[in-house]
Amino acid sequence: MNLAINADRPELCWFQDVDKSALALVGGKVSSLGELIHAGVRVPPGFALTTAGFHRFLREGGIERALFAPIANVDPADIAALEVRSLALREMIESTPFSSEFEDQICEFYRKLSLVCCLPATPVAVRSSATSEDLPGASFAGQQDTYLWIRGVDDLLSHIRRCIGSLFTARAISYRTRMGFDGEQIAISVGVQKMANSYTAGVMFTLDPANGDRSVIAIDSNFGFGESVVSGEVTPDHFLVNKIALDIIERTISRKELCYTVDPRTQKSQAQEIPFERQTVQSILDEEAIELARMGKQIEKHYGRPMDIEWAIDKDLPAGGNIFILQARPETVWSSKAASATAGPVSALDHILQGMLAGRRIS
Amino acid sequence: MSNFPNPHDFKSIPGTEGWERMYPYQYRFVTDDPERKEYEEKTLWFNDGLHYPEPLCPFDTIWDEAWYLALSQYNNRIFMVPPVRGVDHRIINGYVYISPVPVTSAKEVEARVPHFMERAGYYFKNWDALEEKWKQKMKNTIEEVTNLRIPTLPDMEALSVVTDGIGESKGYHLLKAYDDLINLGLKCWQYHFEFLNLGYAAYVFFLDFVQKKFPSMPVQRVTQMISGIDVIMYQPDEELKKLARKAIELGVDSVVSFSKDWVEVEAALKKLPRGQQWLAELDSKREPWFYVSTGTGWFHQDRCWNDAMDVPLSGITTYIQKIKQNANIDRPIAQVRAERDRITAEYRALIESKEDRKTFDELLGTAKTVFPYVENHLFYVEHWFHSIFWNKVREVAAILQQYGIINEVEDVWYLRRDEIKQALWDVVTAWATGVKPRGSKTWPGEIAWRKGVMQKFREWSPPPALGIAPEVIQEPFTIVLWGVTNNSLADWSAVQNAKDPDSITQLRGFAGSPGLVEGKARVCRTVDEVRELQEGEILVAPTTSPSWAPAFAKIKACVTDVGGVMSHAAIVCREYGMPAVVGTGHATKIIKSGMTLRVDGSTGAVTIAR
Repeated sequence: MNLAINADRPELCWFQDVDKSALALVGGKVSSLGELIHAGVRVPPGFALTTAGFHRFLREGGIERALFAPIANVDPADIAALEVRSLALREMIESTPFSSEFEDQICEFYRKLSLVCCLPATPVAVRSSATSEDLPGASFAGQQDTYLWIRGVDDLLSHIRRCIGSLFTARAISYRTRMGFDGEQIAISVGVQKMANSYTAGVMFTLDPANGDRSVIAIDSNFGFGESVVSGEVTPDHFLVNKIALDIIERTISRKELCYTVDPRTQKSQAQEIPFERQTVQSILDEEAIELARMGKQIEKHYGRPMDIEWAIDKDLPAGGNIFILQARPETVWSSKAASATAGPVSALDHILQGMLAGRRIS
Repeated sequence: MSNFPNPHDFKSIPGTEGWERMYPYQYRFVTDDPERKEYEEKTLWFNDGLHYPEPLCPFDTIWDEAWYLALSQYNNRIFMVPPVRGVDHRIINGYVYISPVPVTSAKEVEARVPHFMERAGYYFKNWDALEEKWKQKMKNTIEEVTNLRIPTLPDMEALSVVTDGIGESKGYHLLKAYDDLINLGLKCWQYHFEFLNLGYAAYVFFLDFVQKKFPSMPVQRVTQMISGIDVIMYQPDEELKKLARKAIELGVDSVVSFSKDWVEVEAALKKLPRGQQWLAELDSKREPWFYVSTGTGWFHQDRCWNDAMDVPLSGITTYIQKIKQNANIDRPIAQVRAERDRITAEYRALIESKEDRKTFDELLGTAKTVFPYVENHLFYVEHWFHSIFWNKVREVAAILQQYGIINEVEDVWYLRRDEIKQALWDVVTAWATGVKPRGSKTWPGEIAWRKGVMQKFREWSPPPALGIAPEVIQEPFTIVLWGVTNNSLADWSAVQNAKDPDSITQLRGFAGSPGLVEGKARVCRTVDEVRELQEGEILVAPTTSPSWAPAFAKIKACVTDVGGVMSHAAIVCREYGMPAVVGTGHATKIIKSGMTLRVDGSTGAVTIAR
């Protein structure tokens, strides 16, 4: 395999320079963020250490052989032994420095990113972005390896290494051994993305999760970061926006007792009680909900299917340019149900007759 | 399944005992006939508040009887609608309660299916030709009623009665003219329902289909798919716009607008040659367009423009002002159609299967075919015919007044139509004989009592429903009406049961037209009060009708007590792109002019800032 630096296989690249065709280079998560940018959707800016960069790191650190060699003679069922091995491999990765040239290049990307964000050293989220061939389901790696509120180059570099290490969890090693992957097929990309410093965040479905109605966009929101909504710790505010007309047809404002914000001391996200008088305040403006729905509609159109989307509204940025999409993936619950045609009548009169015979329930 | 009050549990309001005689006897809930009593108890009866927001005057019951017959016969004897017969009617304290009658035997339902398919199928297939025929029948009927002469009773018959060998008196002619008048009214209502229930069925089941695909889709969006179709209900308003332009063109606009009183304006215009020219233009429009009623046309008090010229004058004045301010007063019909086509295409694209898209196309096509009738019949029947009809009854009333049966012409509405016939017999026999009619001593007292009863009825709040609700309703007309009633029951009763109406801060109704605005309320109970409207206010009205149209050029939102998403206010607001919340039940009672309102036409909420 040719791992030389070239324009087709850069070792570092901006999100906007990739799209879904770059899956092998930047993994699922980053390529889908690039794809969103190409769909005209605003996502927090960022860059990726590509799979080429991953290989360069292993090669320059001289750990390539050590990492992949032992995997060949491991018993995939012996979880305890796998754990020991996994720990050793991950320690090896985390203690291996980037070459100073590569480190400079990463730092330069980080500097430019901070510049774009108008911050001296922008807090970022560092995430592994798996190329789906070598891991059982992209979500498996993704859930494990997201580091939020990372600031400064030293922290950034060490967390990139931790993400690389996620390729060698016991479970991943076991899976690859069973599936018979060899070392050279294994690669990971790492995404570095500006933390959305959200005052409001949540999720949105481009259909109604309650009944599969594709003519609406359902939005759940709460103050702070999206964690409180995603984790189900609060009952979020709920909106239904008509997808065609883009007007709010239902508004449910709930009592929201907590939200996640960044702790100024530790620079970490932490749960915080919402002041009583603010708990029943609508957590997203009507105009923002409508703008979000407009974005959701665009994303669905781009992907040609109902989508499940995470979003945030950034307080560091001015209104009008502060609504961001963090993640978009195909909706699975309703989409997997076979589109069942209403069987039988086709002519209008047949349908009218059937309708009359069935009647209207009046409970 | 829910139980409502037992229809037999209502005691007469003190002082109204015997009120039942004001209405046909078959309209009573009875306990002396065990079979009928049981049927009445086990059936759902719901108050038709959409058509009758107020208790019925005895004479006005004529249209209820007319549609009791017409709807039921078309369902049950003509089109053979498989699962339902007719719609039964009752009255409590002047309020009409209706109930669809199901076909209970599955075998009979099945036997009716092929007949229905053949008969209804014939109408759907030949809709346009049959509708054309319908228009001709209606025009003939209207011509007949227009030409119907109500003779007065002379002291001595004309010599020609002798010389021409007529052999009939004016007394007999009066009796006959009254019968003819009533029969023309009933005939007109035969036609009224010829297409209507099939039209409703096409509309209801198109709605059903779309809402099954898109459960959260607001009904207003479905109706938007059949908007932008030309209907004659808009024509009277269009004529006002043309007259406004004509007045400016002739340079008489300042004369037309100088007073709110038509008598003054007309007198002033007559003095000017150009004014006369404008009046001639106006006269050419009054037939038929100024027969549009200022109400729904269902009630005797709903006057038409021809009888209340101050109303169209106010509209013309509004349009003159708008044109002078360079505002566009044309209906944005091109935008409405473009938006309709966009919405239809986008929803259609979300339907996944090809078969479902085909059904959608078929049902939408049928709904569009029936839509003009569903709207246009209103102009022919409720507006044009009724407006002439009410005035003919007033001519009859003038004779009754002359003979002392009633004190004033407007007292005639307190008699049932068969009582009028009896009174006419009393009058003509007394006239012929040369004695005093007996009724001149009995009727005035009875009418005074009935007026008091009607007042007590108005103060009474009719329960929305009585009896026991079935699980499903299959009668299309009832589905439409019930849809309006049922969805609103909870919201309405919450408002009705509120201890302090001044504490209510939110009303709910139907999302009639999308959008969200805030502004000052202006409560207009009748179209005459529309003159008080200021630019940019929110109109709060019991309901609106085409003669209210000029008001919509001034307002920024509309809230009504009665009506669904197909009501006039909702349709017009959608065209003008302003929010409307319709069918709130009590808006005109709770809201006062000058209050600050927030009208959300997308969710159907009206918030009152207190």
